[in-house]
Amino acid sequence: MPSPTPAHLNPLADAIAEHVHDGDTVALEGFTHLIPFAAAHEIARQGRRHLTLVRMTPDLVYDQLIGLGVADELVFSYGGNPGVGSLHRLRDAVEKHWPHQLAVREHSHAGLANAYVAGAARLPFAVLRGYRGTDLEEQRDIISSVTCPFTGEELAAVKAINPDVTVIHAQLADREGNVMLWGITGVQREAVLAADRAIVTVEEVVDEFPERTGAVILPNWVLSAVCVVPNGAWPSYAAGYSVRDNDFYQRWDAIARDRTAFLTWASENNLPTDNTSPAEDTLSGANASPAESSLTAENDTKEPADV
Amino acid sequence: MSEWDSADMMNVAAARELKNGDVCLVGVGPPNLAANLARRTHAPACRLVYESGAIDAKPRRLPLSIGDDDLAATATAVVSVPEMFNFWVGAGRIDVGFLGAAQIDRYGNINTTVIGDHKDPTIRLPGAGGAPEIASAAKRVIVIVKQSRRTFVEQVDFVTSVGYGPTGNERQAPGAGPTLVITDHGVLEPDPDTNELTLTRLHPGITVDQARQATGWDLKVADSIEDVPPPTATELTELHRLRDREPADG
Repeated sequence: MPSPTPAHLNPLADAIAEHVHDGDTVALEGFTHLIPFAAAHEIARQGRRHLTLVRMTPDLVYDQLIGLGVADELVFSYGGNPGVGSLHRLRDAVEKHWPHQLAVREHSHAGLANAYVAGAARLPFAVLRGYRGTDLEEQRDIISSVTCPFTGEELAAVKAINPDVTVIHAQLADREGNVMLWGITGVQREAVLAADRAIVTVEEVVDEFPERTGAVILPNWVLSAVCVVPNGAWPSYAAGYSVRDNDFYQRWDAIARDRTAFLTWASENNLPTDNTSPAEDTLSGANASPAESSLTAENDTKEPADV
Repeated sequence: MSEWDSADMMNVAAARELKNGDVCLVGVGPPNLAANLARRTHAPACRLVYESGAIDAKPRRLPLSIGDDDLAATATAVVSVPEMFNFWVGAGRIDVGFLGAAQIDRYGNINTTVIGDHKDPTIRLPGAGGAPEIASAAKRVIVIVKQSRRTFVEQVDFVTSVGYGPTGNERQAPGAGPTLVITDHGVLEPDPDTNELTLTRLHPGITVDQARQATGWDLKVADSIEDVPPPTATELTELHRLRDREPADG
């Protein structure tokens, strides 16, 4: 359950140190907009390991954490670089187990969104009409079916998700540590309310929230920490503060495609790695050559449209 | 006469299927181009819905992601992702859902998850996203995908989104399923009796034989094949302007 102490403004490093532990299930949410990149990098800098990372769209933020070796498991619903192509670190982890093996559980967007909804409501599962006939249903520990007690209709059931900690980025906090976000607000409210602990990074602190159509306000008593991190969503964006750095999303493709380029990027950004050699393939001890272990261009011809 | 290629033709043919008033759920890639092209040409009153939550989005430029600020800023309403999938997509409020595919079989079943085994794949694809529910609940589904033997396969490695089921008659979903598959070769439609995808239209310059060559099963061909009209000058101009991310009003 949420921390009983009122939220207050903390340095990000302190908030991550206190609330994100090795082995935790961690959700960093933000649907294209307001992705908490700065918090993710702090998690990596503090050397967290064995996390189960939950996120509808892993996006660059989890591609980075996966490549850095932070995650043992990924729960997600769409793992592409929006408008660009593959998430190469995610693919390398799943296909070649670099830097180590990554377990995967996957939903549709509807399934994962509803798993958060159930988690936020502290219900054991959510119900939706979907999944029928898909192979996603074979993941019986997270997707099953339930018969409607009123009509007899068979419906899909998804197991609730209750992260140990959810991290989001928002535009504003007030002096009491209440938080306000607007624009595309994705599944952040649900992810925060589903979690035991919640950390929010914000663009700035104001005395009073402005009037905003469609804004989500999270009261301080459901938050564990609020940290002022201007531009903390870069290279995603915060509506009203920044625009999406589409160039970086394009550039990431080349960085992530190549293990050496990725390790260079990590080192330049003071992000610790497991000192895995770029040539080292952890798949069944096979000593693949760098050429074989890097993802070939041929693989990339299978890019489905993004839906 | 402007230059165009088979990919342009595919996007133009997809755009033509949208009508004024249609509520269309749009993803990035070809669907995004097609839907915005329709809105800039013959269907200015089609309603674009993006799964990020933007309802009646009126993007001034082609959005690069489904979460672009321009979508939220120009939308009639912006809703949360759970609301989008429960109240709008799942509830059947979408007329047309555009889907892509890494693999598709003769009954319109779609794989966007893995090539190979799910637990140990040769190629890890992006996954489901909104597709399973769009495939299930949209009143009609239009698949936009380039035709090749790698993509049009006898059997998909993983069923991410259901078309008509393994043998064509197992569909149990509120929507009609993939009513059109628009490719860079032509258009396939489900046979009214068997639901087997059948070549019904060809793009200019493409032959039945070429379409067969690009299909990994023995492609069923309609008795009479319709010729798809080439892109008009207006369609091409707007398509290029969209690609160059130029605004609609010049």
